[in-house]
Amino acid sequence: MTALTEIPVETTVDPVLAVRDVRIRGQVDGREIVKGVSFTLAPGKVVGIVGESGSGKTMTCRAVLGILPPRFEVADGAIHVAGQDVSALSQAELTELRGSTISAVFQDPASYLNPSIPVGKQVAEVVKVKKGFGRRAARQRALELLAAVRLRDPELVYGQYAHELSGGMLQRVLIAAAIAADPRVLIADEATTALDVTVQAEILDLLADLRDDSGLALVVVSHDLAVVAQLCDEVLVMRDGEVVEQGPTSRVLYQPEHEYTRLLISEHEQYGLDRFLAREGS
Amino acid sequence: MSVLEVTGLDVHYGLRRHRRQALAGASLTVEPGEIVGLIGETGSGKSTFARAVLGLVRPSAGRIVVDGEDVSGHRDRQWRALRRRGVLQYVFQDPLRSLDPDLTIADSLLEPLLLKGIPRVEAVERARGYLPRVRLDEELLPRLPGELSGGQRQRVAVARALITEPKLVILDEPVSALDAANRVQVLEILKDLRDTGIALVFISHDLGSVAGIADRVAVLYQGSVVEVGPARDVIAAPEHPYTKLLVGSAPTLRMAAAGRAEREALRALLNA
Repeated sequence: MTALTEIPVETTVDPVLAVRDVRIRGQVDGREIVKGVSFTLAPGKVVGIVGESGSGKTMTCRAVLGILPPRFEVADGAIHVAGQDVSALSQAELTELRGSTISAVFQDPASYLNPSIPVGKQVAEVVKVKKGFGRRAARQRALELLAAVRLRDPELVYGQYAHELSGGMLQRVLIAAAIAADPRVLIADEATTALDVTVQAEILDLLADLRDDSGLALVVVSHDLAVVAQLCDEVLVMRDGEVVEQGPTSRVLYQPEHEYTRLLISEHEQYGLDRFLAREGS
Repeated sequence: MSVLEVTGLDVHYGLRRHRRQALAGASLTVEPGEIVGLIGETGSGKSTFARAVLGLVRPSAGRIVVDGEDVSGHRDRQWRALRRRGVLQYVFQDPLRSLDPDLTIADSLLEPLLLKGIPRVEAVERARGYLPRVRLDEELLPRLPGELSGGQRQRVAVARALITEPKLVILDEPVSALDAANRVQVLEILKDLRDTGIALVFISHDLGSVAGIADRVAVLYQGSVVEVGPARDVIAAPEHPYTKLLVGSAPTLRMAAAGRAEREALRALLNA
């Protein structure tokens, strides 16, 4: 499918991300830790990956971003980002792709920021490097980005250090940095897991806004099926490296086929809020 | 008689201009044989509440009565005596922290019994008897905590807390670090315990995780319990704006319980 790279992406409705039967293997023991993941993502759409630690969901994301840890490789399958075959790219091209076409935010925002540099300056740095802006323009753009992620006082936050901000504010800053170069795909890997529920709801709102306003496509990864249910058009349920169930969110939620998906759902129905709210609603 | 009566609890941290109030008049009563879910987000004071009840921080005001004994003015020696009796026990989120990594599972389970002065032979007998209640196999006894899975470790921590036959167990985020299957299993064990008459205080940041097992839910906000009631009432018909925001924000399989405009209005109301 190399011909795809020739077509200007704006004029097509081709997927911005296509993952086809991806298998990831550890080179040391030859063990397959991801055993065939496939999905496609169109602009403005959201795909969710649900699974517990060790299920392979994060490794799948890292393969898509071209940042697999040492001694792990994509053993089979193909990943196309905006039509480009990731495996055919050099390290330099991959670095160029990250940030400008595909970007990501992770669970612990503080660990991705330098504690001794004001957070706004770090966002501006991304703008400088990825967009080639000058110092003043980069600062202006960074302020716009901080406003775009609904930080109440962008000027103030710009000059603050990571330790002065709450977890929710830090995650907004990281999202601002992630969208600085107008990527077409954003991966949110457990991006709300460490946040309070009320803050999580706000970050999920923000992701929905970005999708609606700029056609950003999202990959939302979570251990919690309910988080994924908030946003996603399609859901993949992973366990031990395998996709045990995949389909439109409503189908997976209301007619789950795999016993593991049923366990995840029954946990919510028996032990979660759904136990009370579902009866109210129905 | 209530197992736990906390009235008007104030806790401050820091000195002079760094002085910060973590609890402001928090009150909660727990009866034998019930599970009370204590819900609070970051900075609500939920861990401070647990620490105060366990005697790990000294309150600046208020009263704590554990099993009829007023512990508010207790000194360290009195706390140690109370802990040795084993009336009050705790389970934390990370079982590696509540279990000594150098002790075998058997020794971890025996320790509280030996501290209580129970002869070793009898203690071993009792430890064996507890394993089925937490669904653990006897062959785990000679192993170290590091050799067990997270779910098994947390069940050992629960067994260790129960073995002194406490009247009250404080559980701080006991299932937050577990996967779905282990979470369900630990929750079922806790339900069984409740039915034997033990009182449990289940502390969590996540309303959803206690909704299914708590008999009553108490909502902690800015250091005070702002709402308390039967779990069904608090979740299906919350009264305090913060509880409404909390319930409305929780992801459920049927999308968020409240719309975005509703949540933003509640947030504005709370900040006003």
